[in-house]
Amino acid sequence: MKQSIFTATGVECIAKNTYDLRLSGDTSDILRPGQFVNIALDGLFLRRPISVCDAEEGFLRLIFKAVGKGTERLAAAKAGDRFDILTGLGNGYDTEKSGRTPLLVGGGAGLPPMYMLAKELCSRGKKVYVAAGFNSADEIFLTDELAALGAEVVVCTADGSVGKKGFVTGAVAELSGKYTHMFACGPEPMLRAVWELCDSDGQFSFEERMGCGFGACMGCTCETITGPKRICREGPVIGKDEIKWKS
Amino acid sequence: MEKLSVNLCGMELSNPVIPASGTFGFGYEFAELYDINILGSIAVKGTTCSPRFGNPTPRIAETPSGVLNSVGLQNPGVDAVLSEELEKLGSVYSKPVLANVSGFSVGEYAACAEKLSAHPRVGAIELNVSCPNVHGGGMSFGTDPRSAAEVTEAVKKVSKKPVIVKLSPNVTDICEIARACESAGADGLCLINTLLGMRLDLKKRRPILANITGGLSGPAVFPIAVRAVWQVWEAVKLPIIGVGGVSSAEDVIELMLAGATAVEVGAANMRDPFACRDIVGALPETMKKYGVERLRDIIGGAHG
Repeated sequence: MKQSIFTATGVECIAKNTYDLRLSGDTSDILRPGQFVNIALDGLFLRRPISVCDAEEGFLRLIFKAVGKGTERLAAAKAGDRFDILTGLGNGYDTEKSGRTPLLVGGGAGLPPMYMLAKELCSRGKKVYVAAGFNSADEIFLTDELAALGAEVVVCTADGSVGKKGFVTGAVAELSGKYTHMFACGPEPMLRAVWELCDSDGQFSFEERMGCGFGACMGCTCETITGPKRICREGPVIGKDEIKWKS
Repeated sequence: MEKLSVNLCGMELSNPVIPASGTFGFGYEFAELYDINILGSIAVKGTTCSPRFGNPTPRIAETPSGVLNSVGLQNPGVDAVLSEELEKLGSVYSKPVLANVSGFSVGEYAACAEKLSAHPRVGAIELNVSCPNVHGGGMSFGTDPRSAAEVTEAVKKVSKKPVIVKLSPNVTDICEIARACESAGADGLCLINTLLGMRLDLKKRRPILANITGGLSGPAVFPIAVRAVWQVWEAVKLPIIGVGGVSSAEDVIELMLAGATAVEVGAANMRDPFACRDIVGALPETMKKYGVERLRDIIGGAHG
């Protein structure tokens, strides 16, 4: 974990309520795809945890939905705005386990971390499948960029306006037997549905309301087969066989 | 550094700044960021006899200038705290700590406190009779003077270290509880724990916290802490740890002037992992600004 000041270089609305924020700053503590950063905002007591979409030396990209006070404030950022950010939080995905043909499943706001993950896996010569789920055509983002990395992308929309009609589970079921490992991020009902379909080993990224974001307050703990885990520290990525669903 | 030191129940603290229980874990996450030996002491995570998962999530809700939590005393149990957590902490922190003890019966408080007080790294017991997030324990002992006295007396009997009772602000008269603890033999008091609060999710039309209610902390409660420390300082002769919404060196001086011998920093750690380090660092300059020569000379200094 590192605390440092980042400077916004640009923000763009790329889909309905969805913003692409680019920042410059010290990214040296961001070591794995699937990690997150925690951003302090004036006038809001708690920081806002946002998953990393992409990071390179000196460059940080965050894609998020504006759903509340914090994310609305971030969406209104202007180039030159400075942010106090904690980086390098959470365990992130273990890419060593991917096998030759990994499947990346992202639902809505769960898709952004799949970009950095796909980039790393594609650069290692893996055949990467991506199943990306959205509600409707106006919410779609990042799918062209994922395809440009070399991934085979299946887009699903709940209303059928683009791609495959229905939830992302349809695409996952069709890819059965083709993938060697599943990486998933999205709302909990989606995670559970694809976990039930998953016929390989896998890693699933969870979301929870956080206090500190770095393991001190125990605000985001979940139960797992191997005992309690802090989503912000031992998570947000939890192994397929460790997950204990809430009900 | 002599100018910053205070004596808390016989513990010589190099400065009065102590991270509050539940916001600092067992310290080692913070030790990755800075040398935590600059802290006067550390109040470690509340401990019970048996391991506890705590309450279901969500356990955190933001508020204006603060935060509600309903963690519910998640901890690995006293035996694991002794054999693992305090050992790990010992490798990064060399001073005595405050062991925060909670329970669901007088017997459990006493058993847990007896074990922890025997550990060489424990300088004092912080008896938590004020956790608002557990049922049938915690705060129910701290909102009635007779129960507070009973648990204090039982723990005093078995503790090998000074006993500091952490009081709840969720009472009509905090002085009545403070006096009961003093009569029962408490060596010190710590106030305030969090205030019972609640938020709703307007989209779902339901409480945000799975536990429905939670404890409010953060700058929003600072004036309540100042008031409580002021009142209790006038009511009893015991040393007081002031806690509640502290986020600056100015706040430390304010609570000490109200009557605190030492000051805990809680919710500020959640927003800023360097909060305690920065408060300790800012103390000398802030003391100069307000004409404070030695911190220990200003304790209770605002009382005419």
